[in-house]
Amino acid sequence: MLKVIPLVIFVGLVALMAFGLGKDPTIIPSPLIGQSLPSFSLDQVDASGVITEQDFLPQGKAALVNVWGSWCVACRVEHPFLMQLAAQQRIPLYGINWRDDREQAVRWLNQYGDPYTLNAYDPKGEAIIDLGVYGAPETFLIDAQGTILYKVIGPLTTDIWQNEIVPLLNEL
Amino acid sequence: MNCKSLLVVLFIASGAVCADSYYEFASAEHEQRFNRLNTELRCLVCQNQSLADSDAELAQDLRSIVYTMIQNGQTDQAIRDYMVARYGQYVLYKPPLGPATYLLWFGPVIFLLFSVIGLIIFVRNHQEADADSIDDADRKRLKSLMDAK
Repeated sequence: MLKVIPLVIFVGLVALMAFGLGKDPTIIPSPLIGQSLPSFSLDQVDASGVITEQDFLPQGKAALVNVWGSWCVACRVEHPFLMQLAAQQRIPLYGINWRDDREQAVRWLNQYGDPYTLNAYDPKGEAIIDLGVYGAPETFLIDAQGTILYKVIGPLTTDIWQNEIVPLLNEL
Repeated sequence: MNCKSLLVVLFIASGAVCADSYYEFASAEHEQRFNRLNTELRCLVCQNQSLADSDAELAQDLRSIVYTMIQNGQTDQAIRDYMVARYGQYVLYKPPLGPATYLLWFGPVIFLLFSVIGLIIFVRNHQEADADSIDDADRKRLKSLMDAK
């Protein structure tokens, strides 16, 4: 009996470490899941007027709110998939442009395409910090009431869309 | 050395490392609170640094929020709560005691307790084994071996 104890401790430690290794420490769970989209009032990227969180509430069942910047390399990686999503027209995509230069942001959208229905300009990171964003890209799934259902940290991919977001959309 | 001269030294020593415009405080107490809070809060971009250590742009923005909240007369706890509401308890370097952190806080004590119990059992078993291992037959054999010499 006593001889089994070291083995039990060893197996326990291995299990604990395997669990720790399997987790990505850069992904911090958001306390905002289940809460409403925080209020903001920001100019649009194309300077066509001020929008608030109310403008992000979808007519349909859900919307995606994507945090991006022209300085963000991973956003460039993510961008073709966002264009695909916009073409499918299943769900509206709203953007929050973070800590960017307006001219560069507009140039980026002109050059690569603009998948966003509306795009808020947040050079000081006001809405971003209320959303608990710590990197770009990050994408929030919100329902018609503006409740945050899910958060993707890092580029939104076909894989995450199919396996994480579509099942949530089907439940709505 | 006051903060300004420290900043000057840092600036000369390492170029553009100090990206913040330095802050003017209403009192030394405010400055102390600002510095203490910045070491208590984690920079989420470079996770092994505190807000005070980090030069990430997000850390600069969060420092400026800490500063503004202190200037507006908010308590330390209100500032911590503000950060936790947005970034979760992970933002605190010293996590509060709660169901999710029981293992973190009590794990080492439990581990020590089990080690001590294990050690006691181990030592005891060996003592018994030693005492038992010499029986009368052994003694006789020992005696005969000694006598033979």
